[in-house]
Amino acid sequence: MNKNSTTAAASVTPRKTRKIRGVKRSAFALPYLALSIVFVIVPLFIMLYYAFTDGATGSFTGANFVHFFSRPNIMAVMGKSFLIALLTTVLCLILAYPLALALSSSALNKKFIIVMLFVLPMWINSLLRTYAVKIVLFMLNISNAWVAVTIGMVYDFFPFMLLPLYSVVSGMDKSLIEASQDLGASPLKTLIKVRIPLSLPGIISGVLMVFMPTVSTFAITDVLGDTSTYMFGNIINQWFRNSGGWNIGSAYSFILLILIAATVLLANKLTKGKTEIGGVL
Amino acid sequence: MATVAREKFDNIIEIKNVTKVFDGITAVDNVSLSVRRGEFVTLLGPSGCGKTTLLRMIAGFEMPTSGTILLEKQDVTTMPPHLRPINTVFQKYALFPHLNVFKNIAFGLKLKKIPTGEVDKKGRPIFRKFTKDEIAEKVERVLKLVNLEAYGYRDITGLSGGQQQRIAIARAIVCEPKVLLLDEPLGALDLKMRKEMQSELAAMHKNIGITFIYVTHDQEEALTMSDKVVVMTDGAVQQYGTPKKIYDEPANAFVADFIGESNILSGVMKKDFLVEFCGTQFKCLDKGFEKDEKVDLVVRPEDIAISAKSGALAGEVVSTVFKGTYYEMEIVAGDYQFTVQNTVEYVAGSKVWLTIEPDGIHIMKKLKTVNELDGEVTSENTVEICGGEFEFENTQNFERGDEVRVCVPFDKVELTDDEEDGVIGANVTQTLYKGSYYQVQVYTDDDNDFLIDTVDEWDIGDRVGIKINPKDMVVTRKQTTIDGETVTDGETVTDGEIDSIGEEGETDE
Repeated sequence: MNKNSTTAAASVTPRKTRKIRGVKRSAFALPYLALSIVFVIVPLFIMLYYAFTDGATGSFTGANFVHFFSRPNIMAVMGKSFLIALLTTVLCLILAYPLALALSSSALNKKFIIVMLFVLPMWINSLLRTYAVKIVLFMLNISNAWVAVTIGMVYDFFPFMLLPLYSVVSGMDKSLIEASQDLGASPLKTLIKVRIPLSLPGIISGVLMVFMPTVSTFAITDVLGDTSTYMFGNIINQWFRNSGGWNIGSAYSFILLILIAATVLLANKLTKGKTEIGGVL
Repeated sequence: MATVAREKFDNIIEIKNVTKVFDGITAVDNVSLSVRRGEFVTLLGPSGCGKTTLLRMIAGFEMPTSGTILLEKQDVTTMPPHLRPINTVFQKYALFPHLNVFKNIAFGLKLKKIPTGEVDKKGRPIFRKFTKDEIAEKVERVLKLVNLEAYGYRDITGLSGGQQQRIAIARAIVCEPKVLLLDEPLGALDLKMRKEMQSELAAMHKNIGITFIYVTHDQEEALTMSDKVVVMTDGAVQQYGTPKKIYDEPANAFVADFIGESNILSGVMKKDFLVEFCGTQFKCLDKGFEKDEKVDLVVRPEDIAISAKSGALAGEVVSTVFKGTYYEMEIVAGDYQFTVQNTVEYVAGSKVWLTIEPDGIHIMKKLKTVNELDGEVTSENTVEICGGEFEFENTQNFERGDEVRVCVPFDKVELTDDEEDGVIGANVTQTLYKGSYYQVQVYTDDDNDFLIDTVDEWDIGDRVGIKINPKDMVVTRKQTTIDGETVTDGETVTDGEIDSIGEEGETDE
């Protein structure tokens, strides 16, 4: 009886009374709005100001951008950053997808524990973990900077790939998989024709969540790499460390921001129409 | 003609002694069943009776713990689902959301390999895939069959429940399976749509001639659509027969209660064709029982005649409800409360006489007459059964460790609201109103069942405690075998019964 009456009450509640004690529910977002204005929007404009002004005179100039586009070697570093981010993302995807499938299968009853094992590293500071990786790599006698950086990045960002994949794979309607097998699809065909297309939203989320931070990383390359793995993030970091380099550093950051935004928009466009869930962004 | 006749009588599916155990719980218990080619067979039972598990084993999604499943005489017990020529219509349709209607239906066709009729050098047949045109033609044809011709390029998500259901059926039958499995396909539809789809499905079955195995908990659906009905409970087949036979001659009290409205009473067979209940003797059409054997009997509400002047049983009307074409009255006669349907109304409070003709009484063997359990004596005056220690009166000097059989009459088991008050806990799985009392079935945690006769009403799913008065426990030394078999619940369906069912109700198309 009780159960019935509460559900009935919930369903008759009209949409427009989304107020709790006279406060509109959207008002709950105000604290975050304030926070993001102070720490995201305003800094963006400060960055924009620095990017378009001359450090010495304070006058408006486009020279900071010209600085980037007139230096092929820096553009090459940028390309390298995208390449290693792409490599990291692909490796994470290849490792995480089978794992997500295995974790979601009912055969593994201890899935919570196993998920915890992979999420647990997120509880430890990433810089600390990176130093730990350095020690492990040293013990394993892996000295190639590229290999070291890639391993470090994959290890560091793996949970960000696993979580969205796991949530989409384990949330998948099991009867769809059975329907596919029922209609004559072998397990491999089912993977290609049903599982992967249906987990596309999770794949896109995971890809973005790994790709975006890796393309601008500098902490991991600082700890694990050498001069050959110098990334765009390191260059930006370098400019900001010099007192006179803020203008050029801002311009570089701005260019990276535009490129990442373009990547995200492209990814969203790819998923559009395929599903309502879409990517995280 | 001869071949047609043979095909009609050949079994397309044979299930032999199939058992399925999930984590120690038996979902399907030693079921044997055969389905003839072209039949519409319905598996009917309450939720959790094992009907869906049985269907999933036929489809190949579950592997039987023991037993075999034959498809056209070929053992398919361990064959993966994608290799079986069987298709399923799922309960919630399971249409692929990333594909449109056309691609959903074409999914199976694109994977299907068909023999070209030629053979390669080693004599093996050569297979080919359907061409694009063939697929398009087949999809168009099946869309027409389900009345959704113009919907090929629609998205799945925009379709109504009824339309999605038709697409799911189309997707399954376009592959031309040998057997079509339907897992409560109409459960998610509203009443009107369900009625429409029922007749459409029945018509479709006639037209395409594929064997249908249909799972439902809706007894009306089962009776109206199927050639044969399999009534299941607790993982076992209670009865297998034509809808008419199951309605008119239920094999036991459970089937009678589950199919249609019924009055289920306890009675005593005085001799062949004579049964006593409510303190009165009635003529009936059943024989072959022992003298004074306790039996269950069912009387359908429409088979009880009411008269104001004379009859076999005197009673008083308690309540009356108008049901559209008839009145449904509750009438107390003796200790029993009968449900009676009649086109004439007798108002509450009026004294009436009830008459039941011999063909209105159907006698059933009692499944069990007493709770019988195996146990072990654990001390001077305690015995362990079903994981709990019960006190008993040790009159035969049993010693610790003796294996014994414990018998407790149905009306001597006490149920307690609070599990802690009983010796062991149990779940109520079934209750049956028997006119003057309720017969409650409970399952203990170690999968034993008790039947309890009680005047209290319990709800299915209730958690209860079980208590037994020490003096009501009849403890005897265990006889390991009686004629080579231990005494257990009687099987309700005999081979002879299954065989005999097939002969009736056969009609030529």
